[in-house]
Amino acid sequence: MELLDQLKEKIKERLPELDVVIGWEQGFDPLHATPLFMRTEEDVDRLVFSPLCVHNLASHLTGLKGKKVGIVVKGCDSRSVVELLQEKLLVREDVTVFGLPCTGVVSLKKIKHALGGLDKVASAEFNGNELKVSAAGAARVLPLNEIAADKCGRCQYHNALLSDVFVGAPVEAAAEDNYADVEAFQAKSPQEQAAYWRDAMQRCLRCYACRNACPMCVCRDHCVAQSREPHWMTQQDTVQEKWFFQMIHALHLAGRCTECGECERACPVGIPLLLLKRKINKEIKELFDYQAGTKIDATPPLLSFKVEEENINERGW
Amino acid sequence: MAAKYLKKENLVSWLQTLAKERLTLVPRREGDAVVFRPFAPGQDIPLDQQATTPPKAAVFPQCEPLLAFKYAKDPENPGKVGVQVKEKLGDTPSVVVGCRPCDARGFLTFDRVYDSDRASDLNYLTRRRNTLFATLACDEPASTCFCNWVGSGPADAEGSDILMVPVEGGFVLEPVTEAGEKLMEQAPLEDAGDKAALAEAVKENAAKALGEAPDLSQAREKLLSLFDNMDFWEGVSAKCISCGACTYLCPTCYCFNITDEQSGAEGVRLRTWDNCMSYLFTMEASGHNPRPTKAHRLKNRVGHKFSYYPDIHDGHIACCGCGRCIKSCPSSVDIRQIVLQAIAASAASE
Repeated sequence: MELLDQLKEKIKERLPELDVVIGWEQGFDPLHATPLFMRTEEDVDRLVFSPLCVHNLASHLTGLKGKKVGIVVKGCDSRSVVELLQEKLLVREDVTVFGLPCTGVVSLKKIKHALGGLDKVASAEFNGNELKVSAAGAARVLPLNEIAADKCGRCQYHNALLSDVFVGAPVEAAAEDNYADVEAFQAKSPQEQAAYWRDAMQRCLRCYACRNACPMCVCRDHCVAQSREPHWMTQQDTVQEKWFFQMIHALHLAGRCTECGECERACPVGIPLLLLKRKINKEIKELFDYQAGTKIDATPPLLSFKVEEENINERGW
Repeated sequence: MAAKYLKKENLVSWLQTLAKERLTLVPRREGDAVVFRPFAPGQDIPLDQQATTPPKAAVFPQCEPLLAFKYAKDPENPGKVGVQVKEKLGDTPSVVVGCRPCDARGFLTFDRVYDSDRASDLNYLTRRRNTLFATLACDEPASTCFCNWVGSGPADAEGSDILMVPVEGGFVLEPVTEAGEKLMEQAPLEDAGDKAALAEAVKENAAKALGEAPDLSQAREKLLSLFDNMDFWEGVSAKCISCGACTYLCPTCYCFNITDEQSGAEGVRLRTWDNCMSYLFTMEASGHNPRPTKAHRLKNRVGHKFSYYPDIHDGHIACCGCGRCIKSCPSSVDIRQIVLQAIAASAASE
């Protein structure tokens, strides 16, 4: 049986005991999938799974508190569920995880570059490791590795790390992540780095799609970015204020960010926000040898205290 | 003035002339986005597709200081503190070149609110009267385009001062207003000749490509009848993440917030974009929030555009059909679908 059919069958089995199961369905055009909230068997029939299923559905979990929720997760998405459980932001019994093996999702931005735009896509079809897409009257074949999200190229966790029901054959491969992208960026001079972010933040709209798409951003309606009490940030649209918010966002995620990249994917004006979080995660990895959302019984480093840290030389100056 | 022809290679020299007298805003590629920025010679001007952001900020800035204030002691009577207020008005003559008909038409939704018998918003009006639009007609619709659903079309000149129709090798420029005609006088133009017929063909093909629009005349009443049906709104808003991308990219969303940003004895009163997707948008001083969930808030966004606004503005829908809220939504929420579902749902419940 095909993976999708198996998944549908498993969801239908568990559906009677759940309020809702979150998966994906086809969106407004052949290249866009969209989150699907399944409450009936007919809903389940609309479920899809392909490299177009880019959304990390775990971002919806904390908003469904008190409900019995099923969720379909890829490897990376499962890390967010694990991290939320570690932080006791979810009740384990309330969440039923349908885990999948994943060989990678697309970056719609890369497809946009390849096609020169996403406005006129007529059809899209995956064939092995290729995407056949026709747009604006021309047909193109794009190899998956060229259009895959950057996170997929360094993925160490293709299979859901946590699942109540696992469907399909686990993917064997696992890449290394040496934070080469962060290193490359840091090779630039501080002036160049500052100029890069000044340019990028200039077009920030303060729409907070980055924040709301983040599975770990759980303050939601009480975010300091808009709060007048405390009044830490002004509502000015200066680079300084926007940058201030991104720093707060990144530091709140230190040791918690699972690098799903939803912040960056959600940004309507294409600001490469994941790079900021990866920089912090690189430090967390070096200092605490910790990767968020990979071990369900681990305590995140910034939620714990040790008198002597292995990798921090406290009195060595 | 009749329609004229502007060769593609002469566009830049026209923009250079315009930029001498007016702040000239054109599309510019920045990272993965195309945004409107002041014209700078030597820069690529991507006109082949709709910009990521509309030119909304040209008339309605993301953030604008309405006034600066300063508290100062009265030297005659130090016990008395006075406040000095300095109002600010943005009146730089501007022109937007290369926006789409939906973009220019978006301001008509603003006008009915900020330039009415009931209220006249000086800050808005000063910018509005100083800003012209040389709009590029669309030759081919995107999958997210639906301007024909809301009473418009790919060559709609309403709200524009010049309509530029793309043809092989350049643009056919049609003056729409007197001010537009004056701008055209500054362009190195040629007689349109047989290009005028080509332009008509472009318009016709684009309109045809959009296809048949569904009948939305029922939307007004049907959305109202669904007002208390929270099951419906919870269903259609389930995937919404309640961010402000849709509203800030919307050429017709005109809501704002006002905050005093004070440091020490002085400060500024700012007007900034605000959006009804935000929890704080309707938060009342008492602590009560009439729109506590994203379902309430999305109901407002759709209801406002397709029901409440048309209700008090002669049936005009407060949506220009540009489709940015669909294509840039992190969850691909499709407002077209919600409106159609609303029409169908309430039909079923009758």
